[in-house]
Amino acid sequence: MKDPEKPLEAHESDNEKRAEVSRRDFLGTSVVLTAGACVAPILFNKSALASEGAVPGGPISSAVDVTLRVNGTAHALKLEPRVTLLDALREEMQLAGTKKGCDHGQCGACTVLVDGRRTLSCLTLAVMHDGDEITTIEGLAGSDELHPMQAAFIERDAFQCGYCTPGQIMSAVALLREPCGASDDDVRECMSGNICRCGAYPNIVAAVQDVRRSKTT
Amino acid sequence: MFAAAFEYHRPKTLAEAVKLLGSVKGARLLAGGHSLLPAMKLRLASPAALIDISRIAELSGIKATNDGLQIGAMTTHAAIAESDVVKKHCPVLAQTAEIIGDQQVRNRGTIGGSVAHADPAADYPTIMLLLGAKFTAANGKERQIEADKFFVDLFTTSLKQGELLTSIMIPAMSSAASAVYRKHRHPASAFAVVGVGVLLEVKQGKCADVRIAIGGATVTAVRARAAEELLTGQAPTVENIARASKEVGKALDSPISDSYASGDFRIHLATVMTRRALTDLAGAAR
Repeated sequence: MKDPEKPLEAHESDNEKRAEVSRRDFLGTSVVLTAGACVAPILFNKSALASEGAVPGGPISSAVDVTLRVNGTAHALKLEPRVTLLDALREEMQLAGTKKGCDHGQCGACTVLVDGRRTLSCLTLAVMHDGDEITTIEGLAGSDELHPMQAAFIERDAFQCGYCTPGQIMSAVALLREPCGASDDDVRECMSGNICRCGAYPNIVAAVQDVRRSKTT
Repeated sequence: MFAAAFEYHRPKTLAEAVKLLGSVKGARLLAGGHSLLPAMKLRLASPAALIDISRIAELSGIKATNDGLQIGAMTTHAAIAESDVVKKHCPVLAQTAEIIGDQQVRNRGTIGGSVAHADPAADYPTIMLLLGAKFTAANGKERQIEADKFFVDLFTTSLKQGELLTSIMIPAMSSAASAVYRKHRHPASAFAVVGVGVLLEVKQGKCADVRIAIGGATVTAVRARAAEELLTGQAPTVENIARASKEVGKALDSPISDSYASGDFRIHLATVMTRRALTDLAGAAR
């Protein structure tokens, strides 16, 4: 391997502080973000940078007013900007149906609908969704009947431990309105953002296909 | 995990955003947040303030112009993948957007956020280099940056302090050219272990325009110039394509090596994927 220090050093000297700051902020990031296809060997040559990125939390920032419209009800909240949509749902609104799995956008357990589009609630700040329409698993069922997708998951036994299920169902509900191909493989690809540790995938695909077929007939 | 505390700003206009970026100390831009927020939760990034530009209407949208496609920096991957305008004018871009991450990521992630983040394993930088994209940066006044000057190093672009990426111009492709993007996808993250973008234009039985861009293998995406030159002017035969593809490795200095793929394996992937992509395009051109 050629010396990876070289281009970095050369660049630092001619590109002021910003390049330095942004590189420090992001160097370590890749370990997580490109987990697997990661560039860790390059990063750890600059171990000083890795430690400098990890500063302790600063002072608590003041809360701001946020109105979240969740399952048709407006909630006026006072939240710190750093509160994710997921934590706002679970901790501030007691809507604990949305699950915290990895908290890093990899598992899909926290999937909710924002203005009809499936969104990872752990990777978005509540404050960014002031006024948006949010639908969670609690908002799917009617007063006395389940959403067809919920019914299909029960019918097909599409879960074991059930922890990923709310995210799976929210994803599957969004999928119904997306340009997803007809085959089981297409469904697997379209559901690839939701991981099931128990391996209920065959039954999840079956449940999704049941609902899609009943919609088209 | 919680990010360190920060101030939050949500400007309504580009002018307001540029002003905030220039005046708020320690501020960073927040686009889709799918790279920045995980980094902040791990305290690898602790900006004093975030400027949320995801709702600035003028930064989002796709327009076909005489010169090519004009894409607002805050346009999501899903919007690009689903756009009829993109599918018509630059199908390879829609095809690339469609295989980024998963649907949840595509719904929030933006083209501007992705290229400004400059992750070596991202898909867009490769395709930007392939198509010769031009990036418009604003800081009171505008300047254009060519793709080959934009990606400087690992997670580093030539955007300057206070500059905000506003839009990306994808020059119109010749109607006789076709292009494809292929990736060896990491099965968990969907990032490109290696991504290959190939463009081919065949005129009177000869390769008139050959472009090969490789991502994921080195700290920034690169064009495989030696391979391109070897095939240009030649007939797109199986033998010529194989010979040219063998030159791809010459462009891949200090390949990334990690627990998933060694540097040598990445070069191998780039070579094989280039050969297959060129073969498919040549077959379609016949």
